[in-house]
Amino acid sequence: MTTKKNGQTIGFSNPPAVLGAAAVVGPKEGAGPLAGWFDVVKADRLLGMKSWEQAETKMVEEAVNLALAKAKVRHQDVDFFLGGDLLNQIVATSFAARTLDVPFFGLYGACATVAEALALAAVLVDGGFAVNVALASSSHHDTAERQYRFPAEFGIQRPVTAQWTATAVGAAVVGPHGKGKVQVTHVTVGRVVDYGQKDPMDLGAAMAPAAADTIARHFEDTGRDPEAYDLILSGDLAAVGHPLCAELLERKGLRLDSRFVDCGLMLYDDTQEPVAGASGCGCSASVFAGYLFKNLEQGRFKRVLLVPTGALHSPTSCQQGESIPCVAHAVVLERSG
Amino acid sequence: MTSFVLAFVVGGLICVLAQLTLDLGTNLTPAHVMVLFVVLGAVASGLGLYEPLIEFAGAGASVPLPAFGHALVKGMLKGAAEKGLSGLLAGGLTGTALGLTVAILAGLAMALVARPKG
Repeated sequence: MTTKKNGQTIGFSNPPAVLGAAAVVGPKEGAGPLAGWFDVVKADRLLGMKSWEQAETKMVEEAVNLALAKAKVRHQDVDFFLGGDLLNQIVATSFAARTLDVPFFGLYGACATVAEALALAAVLVDGGFAVNVALASSSHHDTAERQYRFPAEFGIQRPVTAQWTATAVGAAVVGPHGKGKVQVTHVTVGRVVDYGQKDPMDLGAAMAPAAADTIARHFEDTGRDPEAYDLILSGDLAAVGHPLCAELLERKGLRLDSRFVDCGLMLYDDTQEPVAGASGCGCSASVFAGYLFKNLEQGRFKRVLLVPTGALHSPTSCQQGESIPCVAHAVVLERSG
Repeated sequence: MTSFVLAFVVGGLICVLAQLTLDLGTNLTPAHVMVLFVVLGAVASGLGLYEPLIEFAGAGASVPLPAFGHALVKGMLKGAAEKGLSGLLAGGLTGTALGLTVAILAGLAMALVARPKG
């Protein structure tokens, strides 16, 4: 049996396993509806460090070390570390890789980074190039605000379409087929889609077409129906983008119904004033590493489709009047046995 | 007492106008709105409307951002009257020097006290 590629989708004949996963989140995320699913909840966003960036790096290190411990994989047995974040030159992850001391591939897929990492980790393991691959995807509210918007101290007013960048890290270890209960069976690699949306304060609307494109592609490539999944999770489309994505899919003849949920709408409740919902590399990563992985491991879900979404703009590209290109990658996570 | 009420109402109306511009304007950032209101103040000043508004509403008109545009124009006109072209060019900053210096010093003082990270 060999691994098959059909269209944009890779189906693994011997699906690599997710050996362990860990989610480390900030106080706001730790006070939300998914609080009980996270491994570590930080009491403050600075973690006693000198800068927000140092705090984010520390959270990445902690999440990866925890995921390795849970997977019972030693540092010296990690073949590659894949990861990324939202900062310029992905410094949060790169600086964490400095202390992890394992071969490192830095990734940038904006808020879809965790799916990019899962896909590449599965390919590396299935191809026989690695036994254990660690991965992480992180965001920090304050580092992202400075990077993409305004200094946090400025106290800017947010339009209702804006999303709240999560302070969260999701990390996991992908290893050989049969070593764990949760498997990566398929990945659908998304195309970059741009419907011409230019407002960086409304990323959900910008990302919705990319998510719809990848989800539709996935069903086309695999020949499956939405009913094949217990849950279909988009990354961080939130209150504006999620209904738009459902509408786009319906126009393509795909009705996902109540199984279609969004990580950006799961992280906070309305009383936490997230405006349209959560976003950030750590949003779908922490929902995956916390809520999703544990529910799969415990057998509550049999098969889920995780579709993290990323907006591939930069502050400069927006200031130059460019529209916002977006990408979404789909990963099928399945419980074996 | 009347002056307090007038300041509150006029200042509040200027803020309402700015809030509506921010909420209803498409793709306008807070920075756009701030610049727009400085320009509005400058234009109103040039048309001779802003000085009467300050006389009427006091701090209600002199504290909100359009007053900065008004101060720029006032400074430029004063400079032009005194020194001609060079006064016109320098007058804007001369007229707003107090506000700018206080803002910079206050920023510096707060940075030393609050140790901002963002």
